[in-house]
Amino acid sequence: MDSLWSTLEPLLTRVEKPARYIGCEDGAATPEYTDGAVSWLLAYPDTYEIGLPNQGLQILYEILNERPDAVAERTYAPWTDLEAEMRAIDLPLFSVDTHQPASSFDVIAFNLSSELVYTNVLNCLDLAHVPVRCEDRDHTHPLIGAGGHATFNPEPMADFLDWIGLGDGEEIVGDVTDVVAAWKASGSTDRVEVLRALAQVEGVYVPSLYDAVFEDERLVSIDPIFPDVPSVVEKRTVADLADWPYPKSQLVPLTEVVHDRLSVEVFRGCTRGCRFCQAGMITRPVRERPADQVRTMIQEGVRRTGYDEVALTSLSTADFSGITEVIKSTLDDESSGCGDVSVSLPSLRVDAFTVGIAAELQRGRRSGLTFAPEAGTWRMRQVINKLISEEDLYASVEGAFSQGWRRVKLYFMTGLPTETDEDTLGIAELGKRCVEIGRKYNKGASVTVSVGGFVPKPFTPFQWFGQNTIEELNRKIYLLRDEVKKIPGLQMKWHDPKATFVEGMSSRGDRRLGKVIEDVWRSGGTFQEWSEHFDVDRWTDAMTANGLDVEWFTYRHREENELFPWDHLNAGLHKDFLWHDWRDSLNEVGLEDCRWTPCYDCGACTGYGIEHVVASATPPAGGSQGTGQSPGRGQEVSVQLLARPVGAS
Amino acid sequence: MTLPRKPQVRLQYSKLGKVRFTSHRDMARIWERSVRRAKLPIAYSEGFSPRAKLSFGLALPTVFESVAEYADLTFDEPVPAEGLPELLTPLLPVGVDVVAATELEGKVESLQECVMATEWSLFVDGDLAEVGAWARDLLAADSLEITRERKGKTRVDDVREALLDARVQPIATDAPVIGASTEIVVNLATKPRALRPLEFLGINAPPHTFVLGRRLHQFISPVGARRDPLDVGAAQATHDLSRAS
Repeated sequence: MDSLWSTLEPLLTRVEKPARYIGCEDGAATPEYTDGAVSWLLAYPDTYEIGLPNQGLQILYEILNERPDAVAERTYAPWTDLEAEMRAIDLPLFSVDTHQPASSFDVIAFNLSSELVYTNVLNCLDLAHVPVRCEDRDHTHPLIGAGGHATFNPEPMADFLDWIGLGDGEEIVGDVTDVVAAWKASGSTDRVEVLRALAQVEGVYVPSLYDAVFEDERLVSIDPIFPDVPSVVEKRTVADLADWPYPKSQLVPLTEVVHDRLSVEVFRGCTRGCRFCQAGMITRPVRERPADQVRTMIQEGVRRTGYDEVALTSLSTADFSGITEVIKSTLDDESSGCGDVSVSLPSLRVDAFTVGIAAELQRGRRSGLTFAPEAGTWRMRQVINKLISEEDLYASVEGAFSQGWRRVKLYFMTGLPTETDEDTLGIAELGKRCVEIGRKYNKGASVTVSVGGFVPKPFTPFQWFGQNTIEELNRKIYLLRDEVKKIPGLQMKWHDPKATFVEGMSSRGDRRLGKVIEDVWRSGGTFQEWSEHFDVDRWTDAMTANGLDVEWFTYRHREENELFPWDHLNAGLHKDFLWHDWRDSLNEVGLEDCRWTPCYDCGACTGYGIEHVVASATPPAGGSQGTGQSPGRGQEVSVQLLARPVGAS
Repeated sequence: MTLPRKPQVRLQYSKLGKVRFTSHRDMARIWERSVRRAKLPIAYSEGFSPRAKLSFGLALPTVFESVAEYADLTFDEPVPAEGLPELLTPLLPVGVDVVAATELEGKVESLQECVMATEWSLFVDGDLAEVGAWARDLLAADSLEITRERKGKTRVDDVREALLDARVQPIATDAPVIGASTEIVVNLATKPRALRPLEFLGINAPPHTFVLGRRLHQFISPVGARRDPLDVGAAQATHDLSRAS
């Protein structure tokens, strides 16, 4: 293959942040193309700064490059200035590792983390000179795949993706490599042949091998067109994270990216059962990494990368049973010889224990601490099963301000099922109380409430709920804003309800949305996650042009036995479990965390013959949040004293 | 109270090839990580967010190459300059090679303070004779006015004093630059305000377009002495420079 570098290089003198396109990261592989090896281009359909830190992509990149029969490179969506330069001279999309043309790879696999990147996938394919629609590709074109959380309802992208990997990708990419290698070796020019073989891989869904039938507006069936293609595709789950200590060589970019630090995944899955949270539902069961392995990954990672910050990632890191030991040993580890290493926990639980950990971690400047109560009243939090008591929240906030933090940020959603104006205004009330607590310790204490419109997601108990309209979300946001304005020291930020609408429409949409996504892309609608490029009119116009009803796709409450566009896919959770949880939710009945209470058979463990891998049989200290524990409300916050004076090195 | 001066080492390094597209800020972060990986006893600043004590001279514009970048490293304990190039180069990106190091003795002016002029090789697409005439006109002029923007305000500056020397020549046949036909070697003053190479190239309706630039030297005082910043102690040039990647 020929590198495009010499053609690309002159363009880079004229674009913003050209370092995004050069590769050269520490940890990047040196690809060796051997006969018969399957070449993968792993693509993140957003900018390099957002895509590079993605751990999923990095894990698969390493796993593939370790195989003798596979090679993997990476690509990211070029920003609009470079895209214009590329189109002007017909320069195709390239890999950043060795600047190969994207179309020269056997497989291009996209990471789909959210619905708003869909149009960028089409743009990347078009820039790669690959037909955007599956039906227009032949054996000379790469096989276009995708994985990531958004692919649990891949139907809106069914026209464009040849195959989709559901669930954990570690094993899927190996199996797909085997299938593609055999197909290449056979010399076959029949694309359907390789697609049928891919459909045999556990966790792989090939949309073109299924026929979706609609009557009136309604989906009535979605069935395989060949007898050997499974009628239900099960997600893939790795049983034990200890077998997958990746990434071993995390990529260290030469230029600034969103999460510029070492990341170590401490567990996958979550059983807290927050009903709005798709990530928690589709990644079950809980699989913890052994604490020793976490320590080794931190030590080796810090030594190899030179980073001075490590993030311990998961959906709720304070729940990791080895958390205290791991943090202690990391902060006290002199053996790395790399100086002080700070630890960050991106997903904080709201309780005293968490504030204690945060105090231990943030020995230096204490500027801001973030909590996510998600809803403004206890009633509302019971509905969404985020069981944080007000006492817990205020104790956490008190803990934060009393230990020197000056700003607290609180995340909330609006547009939740059964939400009343009282619930919405409860956010202001809660914020007000937090400001009062803060002012006891610091005159300049400030609290920010950040509010996002709720998007019902597939494979959650809320998948039946009709999303709030743009108008309704705006009404609630302005209602709340007017209240917040009256409270000195309280600030408010919010997410654009128009973007929430597009997310919601695609999130539970079916394959008829393919034409809409294509129209939006053809009209120039790329980078829809970026407010400066997002334009809701492109979406509503495309819906109208294709005779599709926004109300029906987005705002309609679903019926109990309605066939969902994702019903032929299985994330492990039984549909009747989700329905019961939805009914419980409407009755304001909470559900405890099954790590420490008896199994209520959601299906995630039993269906795959695997279990939660948790090192400790007792819930972590502190916190009433769904642990079944009731540690006495309103107790003193345990204050961890600083081991070293602030600012000392 | 005066604290004893902490030991310092001055390094010279290159920035060649793909890495030229990183910014000055990117390079500072790359250096911080590399110094930590080398387990050098780098000193940290005081305060809430301690930073490694690394200081660089005049920022090299993004997309420019260089064979004459410098960094001052401050340590908590003495570190011999010898061996630092071999230690650090493998920990830095391809194209960034540490070529020389010297320990700084006593009070030494910072790179920001001491660098008076910089010399550049600018590769352009333009006719040799026309570019030569353009450069001669610039050198013959009494004043050269350019319009600059700073903090939202535009002002006209006379930059003639900052243009110390310029010569125009064909590009060496053994080191071609794709898309370029002519090389301008120019010496630009940095005080009181630096004339940037792209500002220089844009003066008076230039008959050329910019392709590639490379910083060749940074000179310390006195002006015209062609002393480089390592010429403050016993510098040890240990590596040859060659264009990477």
